[in-house]
Amino acid sequence: MELTNEYIKQRLADQFGDKVVNFEEPYGMFTFEAPKEDNLKVLQFLFDDEELQFRFLTDLCAVHYPDQEGRELAIVYHLHNLVKNVRIRFKVFTNIQEPDIFTATNIFSTANWMERETYDFFGVNFIGHPNLKRILNVDEMDYFPMRKEFPLEDQTRIDKDDEMFGRGGSII
Amino acid sequence: MDVTELTAEPQAKQQEDFPGRVIVTPGGGIIASTIQDVINWARSNSLWPLTFATSCCGIEMMSVASSKYDFSRFGFEVARASPRQADVIIVAGTIVQKMAPVLKRLYDQMADPKYVIAMGACAISGGPFFYNTYSVVKGADHVIPVDVYIPGCPPRPEALLHALITLQGKIKSGLTREQIKANPIQL
Repeated sequence: MELTNEYIKQRLADQFGDKVVNFEEPYGMFTFEAPKEDNLKVLQFLFDDEELQFRFLTDLCAVHYPDQEGRELAIVYHLHNLVKNVRIRFKVFTNIQEPDIFTATNIFSTANWMERETYDFFGVNFIGHPNLKRILNVDEMDYFPMRKEFPLEDQTRIDKDDEMFGRGGSII
Repeated sequence: MDVTELTAEPQAKQQEDFPGRVIVTPGGGIIASTIQDVINWARSNSLWPLTFATSCCGIEMMSVASSKYDFSRFGFEVARASPRQADVIIVAGTIVQKMAPVLKRLYDQMADPKYVIAMGACAISGGPFFYNTYSVVKGADHVIPVDVYIPGCPPRPEALLHALITLQGKIKSGLTREQIKANPIQL
């Protein structure tokens, strides 16, 4: 049987009821959200179910939304069903004061480094992670560089012509 | 015998940049020079680079090492994978803060005399990563002393060859970095 987005949505709704929300299909990729306390239950269900079989964690990352009060950080799991070649995206949101999320390392071994990277750049605290320390940046770093309070570039600068950097447009 | 008599004789064929002169005598000759000049001359023509490439400039460096540009013509052919055996480190690429202690350690492990070439914008100043970066060291000279800087992103292979020849000129001059900085040499 083909694994359609509607079917995955139905199975999730049957299993978790009102807890799974915000179903979307950007560019056809099924996306949904669950409370952060239930992230492991959802991942385990998607992993164990005989038809869903989302047993490969393609990517794990975070997004910082400074304007969403109480849900500033999104943790995004990209899951892949290798049998039927279907990908889905699963998000949980947390506040930035207590960015505590249960670790997925017991389900996916590959989550180990991905969670270290997410901790490194966004400061997400993965509870139960066996070795939660910085992976890419220097150990002495005392901030999380991908959070929005560290802007990449001062947008008001006038000494740089965007045309020279392949972005089109000119300041003059 | 008077020395002036000998020097009046035609000079034997010798390499143009040899630091000294050959005094031809019957049945042979005498080389007149200072030990220091000969050592510097020999040193400058046999510089072994460390294979150290941290980003795209490394591709240009490999190109210079291969047959089309071929820096072995100038005595750079023996690229060493160990700092213990290398004379010159070509910093070809971005130095990030995590790499900086490694670069310092490599430099410390190289035996004296040792030389540093900063290749490309990243190694000179951080280059395209100069503004608002959280990870890039803004110039290799924050970590180790640099002898020759090559601008470019990445520099042309000819520019690297020119830098290598410039480094040879610095070595042949026999002067220290500080002396050259105070009084730039003309190649």
